[in-house]
Amino acid sequence: MTTDTNLSAGDARLETNGRSPHQIKPEGFKPPKATHRTQHVLPGFHASLGITLTYLSLIVLLPLVALVLRPWEAGLDGFIRTVTDVRVVKALQLSFTTAFWAAAVNLIAGLVVAWVLTRYEFPGKKIIDAIVDLPFALPTAVAGVSLSSLYAPNGWVGSLFDPFGIKIAYTPIGIFIALVFIGLPFVVRSVQPVLAEFDAEVEEAALTLGATPMQTAIKVILPSLAPALITGFSLAFARAVGEYGSVIFIAGNMPYISEISPLLIVIKLEEFDYAGAASVAIAMLALSFTILLVTNFVQVLLSRRGRA
Amino acid sequence: MSLIVNNITKSFSDFAALNQVSFETHSGEFLALLGPSGSGKTTLLRLLAGLDQPDSGTVTFEGEDYLALNARERRIGMVFQSYALFRHMTVEQNIAFGLNVRPAKERPSKAEIKAKVQSLLKLIQLEDLGKRFPSQLSGGQRQRVALARALAISPRILLLDEPFGALDALVRKDLRRWLRRIHDETGVTTIFVTHDQEEALDLADRVVVLKDGQIEQIGKPLELYRKPASSFVFDFLGTNNQVTATVSGAEAAFDGFTVPAIITGDLTGEQLVRFRPFDAHVSKDGPGFKGKVLSILPAGANLRLEVQAEDGTVFETQHAHDSDASDLALNDTVYVKPIKVYVFGT
Repeated sequence: MTTDTNLSAGDARLETNGRSPHQIKPEGFKPPKATHRTQHVLPGFHASLGITLTYLSLIVLLPLVALVLRPWEAGLDGFIRTVTDVRVVKALQLSFTTAFWAAAVNLIAGLVVAWVLTRYEFPGKKIIDAIVDLPFALPTAVAGVSLSSLYAPNGWVGSLFDPFGIKIAYTPIGIFIALVFIGLPFVVRSVQPVLAEFDAEVEEAALTLGATPMQTAIKVILPSLAPALITGFSLAFARAVGEYGSVIFIAGNMPYISEISPLLIVIKLEEFDYAGAASVAIAMLALSFTILLVTNFVQVLLSRRGRA
Repeated sequence: MSLIVNNITKSFSDFAALNQVSFETHSGEFLALLGPSGSGKTTLLRLLAGLDQPDSGTVTFEGEDYLALNARERRIGMVFQSYALFRHMTVEQNIAFGLNVRPAKERPSKAEIKAKVQSLLKLIQLEDLGKRFPSQLSGGQRQRVALARALAISPRILLLDEPFGALDALVRKDLRRWLRRIHDETGVTTIFVTHDQEEALDLADRVVVLKDGQIEQIGKPLELYRKPASSFVFDFLGTNNQVTATVSGAEAAFDGFTVPAIITGDLTGEQLVRFRPFDAHVSKDGPGFKGKVLSILPAGANLRLEVQAEDGTVFETQHAHDSDASDLALNDTVYVKPIKVYVFGT
């Protein structure tokens, strides 16, 4: 038995000598994918999937359904009237543009922080690494109070700008700063693991091929980080759009100027205008969902390019 | 003499990776750095590429001080074991990378780059796959792309770090032949690192055998085989059997028979001697070491026998398929007699 197989293996090797290498391995061969019939090593697939679906329905889907059903109490007219109200439009604009720019700033700053934390060794690195998480951990109200006292005209930073007539707190700039503050960890924590796992040999290959460190960073490393950067950006953006606690203290909350959409929802609730509050919420939901869809689409395109 | 490596020493915080390593390569030579893991061969390659700096010693290439140049300026084509391809670029973009990153006044025109990429794709026999991404290629194809990418910059030296290490045996053997052909076509001085002695002996013009950061022997494959400088080289180049014998002159005397001995150094008296599996006769009657046939492995071109002697030693021998040995069966009593033995000092 062994004799036969061994001999034929030897013969096969001799026969392939004349052929070009890529004919030996069948092109496009892929091992069969695991299906639902595959024996699972861990039992309880059905039970855990059941729990997952029930839980997600109760915690995520049910409130969303309730939200979507709510505004129609005042009819379609009421909905359209609410979302086209200038105050609402201004608030939505403010929320989404400041969130976008804050996320954009964090995209670059977060990349630099992640780069420093993964690429270099220096004393105090662990502490800096921990500080990055602070915006996560800090209660948003605490962040809001400390930021507004810092940037108020009589605060440490605010008093520096006040003589030039630049007001930070109680203006959209203040909102922007609060959103930058809370968004930073999302970008850093998304990029850091990808950067840490980046194959050093790929960088060395670029180097031996004559690329300058700058070319290596821009042409080789950055494109590999793109999916992670987009993830970090969309997380920071989503968080910033919905941020309430830290913003309302520093925003000043002047209608048409520095009033964010979540605050408008709260105001409408306080006026017992539940349908109006839900209308603003739906508008936010639709915008957020669209943006998430776009970023996900871009991400799929990017990662398909690299992995397939 | 194109590349001259002189007295290179490199130590990492806890151990010496390279110790007083010196060798030279001829222009257009295909040189193998062979050694077990931890012997310093990859460290040496990285020093040549400029990815690490030695503690002391010199490296010159055609009279130029190579250590004064950084990795970018050395124009060395490096092929990594992990391929290290740029996964977000197509095969064509990968190959063109080294040309595209050149400063504007040294960079060839777009058309020239395109032509170069096409000729390299042809060389690596992947003309139809230029638009694919590395993830859509097999391991062997990726390694060929990595080689084309390194060749694109017209390197002065080509360095390969265990180029076939991650590939299966059949692809590896084929790529080996192909690499040799590419080398002969391009004529570029090539140094490759391997721990596979068969690969080194099969491919290289000369082989540098490394052990614990020092050079054990430099020689042509046949020289290494016929005149191994040390027991380490002998053992590393293939399976061997060891017995004790009384050595005198050019002969080793065993219990009842003597065989010719190849002696390194001035050795007489009781010595450990070595012989290759194919340097042995097996017969049903003596003289030889008496033993029982433990296993018969008819794999590949040769018939391999394992014979267990009465004292428990297992000898491995190799024979032609049509030799007398093919008539043997398991548990037959046979006599193993070396044709010649090698003797090394300790």
